[in-house]
Amino acid sequence: MMNDPDIVIVGGGNAALCAAITAAETGARVLILEAAPKDYRGGNSRHTRNFRCMHDGPLSVLTGSYDEEEYFNDLLLVTKGKTDEHLARIAIRGSQDSQPWMEAHGIRFQPSLSGTLSLSRTNAFFLGGGKALVNAYYRTAEALGVEVLYDAHVDHLELNGDEITRVDYSYQGQNHSLSPKGVVVASGGFQGNIEWLTRAWGPAAANFLIRGTPYNRGAVLKDLLDQGVQSVGDPTQCHAVAIDGRAPKFDGGIVTRLDCVPFSVVVNKHAKRFYNEGEDVWPKRYAIWGRLVAAQDDQVAFSIIDSKSKDLFMPSVFPPVTADSIAELAEKLGLDPDTLTATVDEFNASCRDGEFKPTELDNLATEGLEPSKTNWARPIVDPPFLGYSLRPGVTFTYLGFKVDETAQVQGPNGAVKNLWAAGETMAGSILGQGYLAGFGMTIGTVFGRIAGKEAAEYVN
Amino acid sequence: MSTESTTALADGLTPTEEARRQIEICNACRYCEGYCAVFPAITKQKAFADGDITQLANLCHNCRGCYYACQYTEPHEFALNLPKVLAEVRQESWQDHAWPQGVARAFHRSGVAIAAFVILGFALMFAAARWLGSSGGEGFYAVLSHNMMVAIFLPAFVLPLLSITISMRKFWHHIGGKPIGVRASLAALKDAARMKNLSGGHGEGCNFEDEDHFTQLRRVGHQLTMWGFLLCFAATSSGTVMHYLFDMPAPYTFFSLPKLLGVSGGIMLALGTAKLAWLKPKGNKNLGDTRVWGGEMAFVLLLFVVAVTGLALYWAGGTGLMPSLLALHLGAVLAFFLLMPFSKMVHGFYRLASLVRDAQQKEG
Ligand SMILES: Cc1cc2nc3c(=O)[nH]c(=O)nc-3n(C[C@H](O)[C@H](O)[C@H](O)COP(=O)(O)OP(=O)(O)OC[C@H]3O[C@@H](n4cnc5c(N)ncnc54)[C@H](O)[C@@H]3O)c2cc1C
Ligand code: SF4
Ligand code: SF4
Repeated sequence: MMNDPDIVIVGGGNAALCAAITAAETGARVLILEAAPKDYRGGNSRHTRNFRCMHDGPLSVLTGSYDEEEYFNDLLLVTKGKTDEHLARIAIRGSQDSQPWMEAHGIRFQPSLSGTLSLSRTNAFFLGGGKALVNAYYRTAEALGVEVLYDAHVDHLELNGDEITRVDYSYQGQNHSLSPKGVVVASGGFQGNIEWLTRAWGPAAANFLIRGTPYNRGAVLKDLLDQGVQSVGDPTQCHAVAIDGRAPKFDGGIVTRLDCVPFSVVVNKHAKRFYNEGEDVWPKRYAIWGRLVAAQDDQVAFSIIDSKSKDLFMPSVFPPVTADSIAELAEKLGLDPDTLTATVDEFNASCRDGEFKPTELDNLATEGLEPSKTNWARPIVDPPFLGYSLRPGVTFTYLGFKVDETAQVQGPNGAVKNLWAAGETMAGSILGQGYLAGFGMTIGTVFGRIAGKEAAEYVN
Repeated sequence: MSTESTTALADGLTPTEEARRQIEICNACRYCEGYCAVFPAITKQKAFADGDITQLANLCHNCRGCYYACQYTEPHEFALNLPKVLAEVRQESWQDHAWPQGVARAFHRSGVAIAAFVILGFALMFAAARWLGSSGGEGFYAVLSHNMMVAIFLPAFVLPLLSITISMRKFWHHIGGKPIGVRASLAALKDAARMKNLSGGHGEGCNFEDEDHFTQLRRVGHQLTMWGFLLCFAATSSGTVMHYLFDMPAPYTFFSLPKLLGVSGGIMLALGTAKLAWLKPKGNKNLGDTRVWGGEMAFVLLLFVVAVTGLALYWAGGTGLMPSLLALHLGAVLAFFLLMPFSKMVHGFYRLASLVRDAQQKEG
């Protein structure tokens, strides 16, 4: 094993690999410490499917063009202005030449997946998804001489003045220390740490499901913040969407997504509605439902449709609970049959005639119902009836390191001269709130490459 | 081996049920869409009947791309291993549609059975040459008369074809095939000729001998085998035509159609099968149907023996080795033909049928 690497990279996801490859290409000796075992290497990156890419004309699998201003405006919309414009524009501009860089380093792309046509202009899809991407990068990195230790958990980075002087990690049950010349932290957020999540969000967070890796537990984040390193991002917030309530606690990934909400009525455990299911098209409302469900008792809700709507959305991994009457469905879902019947009856009575258009806002709204449903409101009357349970699924947390445009981490008294951060662990300054599909991988790729380059320049 | 089991039996599911479970997960994910024809076919449906699963299984070329790319492989609780479960379903479809059935099961699974059968073929040929012999002819016919060869090989050729025809009719019905049109057939032949589904979607080949590394080794090995075999077959056919239609019986000179086709085909077949046999142990056994590993390997080796003895006959034609070599070659060819409906060889027919069906479905 490498005993005196020039650069240690903490983490083994997209940002870590982009940094490792970039640094190794300059001849630096790079060691990756990845907390996960090999089977689960790659953090949340292994669950991704695309990255958002600026382009002035058709590029690889991307159609049309997507320029810097449009991209930045999309970001402003979702973050409601909570973004560091300078860093955001670096990520946006960097995405364009990242696409060919990715291809040159083993990544292959495919046209947007069936059912995701709306993304074919803005997002480039990885052939085989994020795990294929991670595999390709590991191959490229290893061919460049990068060494990888799996099951290697970094516990502590010793900050001495303006410098990291020691990296402590545990590997195969033993504690080790290294003193590399430079360190890149790319170890994601802390959403895998349920205890921390409940401290930040409140006890309800114990019932949240984590959509991605259990290995992003924020150990290095906490360790450095405790040593006075500057943070960005709301420490109490996480990005959560509503997913199938039967999903595993961790790593359920994309297949636990449920897209039926706009065509359904959603009730809480008391069989009562609580929000307008048809407020906007699903991609725009997808993210608020995590919070909405999180605010309900026991952090659970139920989405109910009838047979008319069952083919209108992408299939989910778990089959729906089905019944021939609403009362029977309630029983099967563990809800009070009379209340659910009354809720659905009241909803049905408030629906009016009109043309139903599943793919656009059709203004088919309820009348006199509280809360109203403002689109796609069709009576739920045709058996069999189908029900799905919903729970909040956490994608990532917002708290991270404050970095400058060279990805350098800002310590208590200014820049830490041999410490850089990339990916989710510094994304909070760019994505202060909300989320823009595909931007997580863009930030990781662009800032991973920057961190790798800067670290290499420092150590060489 | 008694320790080998299917992916599914542990959970009490049949391979078809287990495949359905996995395919429904893929349908909610779709990340592998660009690798091969299987995923686009999956996304067109929401519910999968047994025939649909069989069709998808026969579209799969076991390139393994979707295993190494999958975020849900074991130890994840979703336990995806699509290449394996589709191999199992595919295998069972060949056995279930075979005619007669019991024979198929034995040979698919057992390399030993194949080897025994081949040795029997050798013995038969030696015996025929020795006791029936020839009534005087030239070249090979000096060892075994032309009529004798025809008497042995005509049934050995016609019976397997009959068996496969019966199987294909049952299979076509099972996967819901429609009357076959020219367009769909051409599309299928084009995909098969290029082995498009082993290209990985990006043209860089498949995953096999080195985990997630894409290489062309398997595709090239398979192409050499397929085209080599077809050339050899064309050589025999051209010989038959020359014999009966033009009254030009063997032996032929080197610059004759049968020889040119036969020698080039034989070389390709020998190289291709050698490559496939060399690759096979390097791949992860658990991404295929472990029950038939031995049978598949024996079959590749049998094809290799057919090719090598055929080539040897060409070079040793005039020497004293010829009669023994001829018996070996004809014995291997005989075993090969008779085993065709009950061995890996039959996959070519099923594959082509599924590609035609897929083209039909794309036409809508
Ligand atoms: C289901 C799902 C789907 C998504 N889809 C998309 C998408 O399509 N497009 C997109 O842009 N974004 C997507 N995202 C967001 C995206 O996953 C992240 O933005 C991105 O992967 C972050 O990359 P990263 O390298 O910063 O972190 P990660 O990929 O999470 O990597 C962090 C790494 O650090 C390691 N680690 C953690 N702590 C330690 C420690 N103490 N010591 C050593 N190693 C440690 C982890 O094991 C892991 O390897 C998705 C997220 C989820 C959950
Ligand atoms: S094999 Fe895995 S990654 Fe590929 S489509 Fe299926 S579930 Fe998704
Ligand atoms: S193994 Fe290859 S051919 Fe078979 S389904 Fe997977 S990607 Fe397609």
